[in-house]
Amino acid sequence: MRRALASLALVLLVVLEVGAALAQQDSRRSGYDHMSPATQAMQGDDTQNPAMLFVADGESLWRQPAGPVAKSCASCHGDALTSMRGVAARYPAFDVPLARPVNLGERLNLCRVRQQKAEGWRAESPDLLALEAYVALQSRGQAITPPDDTRLTPFRARGEQRYRQRIGQLDLACAQCHDEHAGKRLGGSTIPQGHPTGYPIYRLEWQALGSLQRRMRGCYSGVRAEAPPYGAIELVELELYLASRAAGMPVESPAVRP
Amino acid sequence: MARALITVPQDAKRGDVVEIRVLIAHPMETGFRVGADGRRVPRDILRRFTCRLDGEVVFAAELFPAVSANPYLAFPLRADRAGTLSFTWEGDGGFAQTETATLNVA
Repeated sequence: MRRALASLALVLLVVLEVGAALAQQDSRRSGYDHMSPATQAMQGDDTQNPAMLFVADGESLWRQPAGPVAKSCASCHGDALTSMRGVAARYPAFDVPLARPVNLGERLNLCRVRQQKAEGWRAESPDLLALEAYVALQSRGQAITPPDDTRLTPFRARGEQRYRQRIGQLDLACAQCHDEHAGKRLGGSTIPQGHPTGYPIYRLEWQALGSLQRRMRGCYSGVRAEAPPYGAIELVELELYLASRAAGMPVESPAVRP
Repeated sequence: MARALITVPQDAKRGDVVEIRVLIAHPMETGFRVGADGRRVPRDILRRFTCRLDGEVVFAAELFPAVSANPYLAFPLRADRAGTLSFTWEGDGGFAQTETATLNVA
């Protein structure tokens, strides 16, 4: 009995030490860590964060009936504070009728078309971003948990391949900046590791709220490559890979970025 | 109506200096930018913000093209008496919006 207890204690000790070592090894940093204290304060205080203006819009859209069936999000999903808790942390996820992964914005639009029989919002429209921000806010603080779904595996693999593929006239891959040179400077700004922890973000450069696809398309033109259109499977695959790369990091949505 | 978020502390004691925060959704288009069609985008900014306590002006600010979109203003106010705070933004194109909040003083 004592030997059993002793070996149990030993196993526990080993588990604890491995856990501590893993925690130390996690060198992943959110873009938040690279921001100035002023911008961090803007994100940290909801009374200062301009994205909260969109969240307030999203909250009223949640309750506003749409389409000929006059149903609102709340008619089916009830109170978003409970029903949407942790949902944004799981996206992109697999959509069976489309047989492909969809991101959170696409999911909201699909729900709008399929259930509300209303017209979908165009990509980056203020209403779509507002609702997305409101839904994403309900997952704030939760760990990013990509779904354990084998149907996503080939898409995620292609996303990773794209992440490492050199593109554009500058012949640069995502990985070259965001893995190999992350933390160094490009012009006046620090290169972040590129973890999608806070989307949709209020970006000071945009003076507006924007999606992860908008941010990625910005990188495409940055390396002088042709950006895929909004909703293109290439972008969703990249989002899928980025989510798995950031698995376990806390959701900050709606974040502020410089 | 533009969306506005107003923060007024609810636990002020008489004579306390409290911080009032206001955030409003507005593009603050400078009038210096050129659109995709090559034409100058007309200026559309907020020009003036006024805060009144029961009609008496307690804070005012002028805003200019260099102020960012969705302007955020925070200012101190000595809570000498309870009352109704009104917040007015005025801008180009006849923009005018007034929001109110209650200032409680214990």
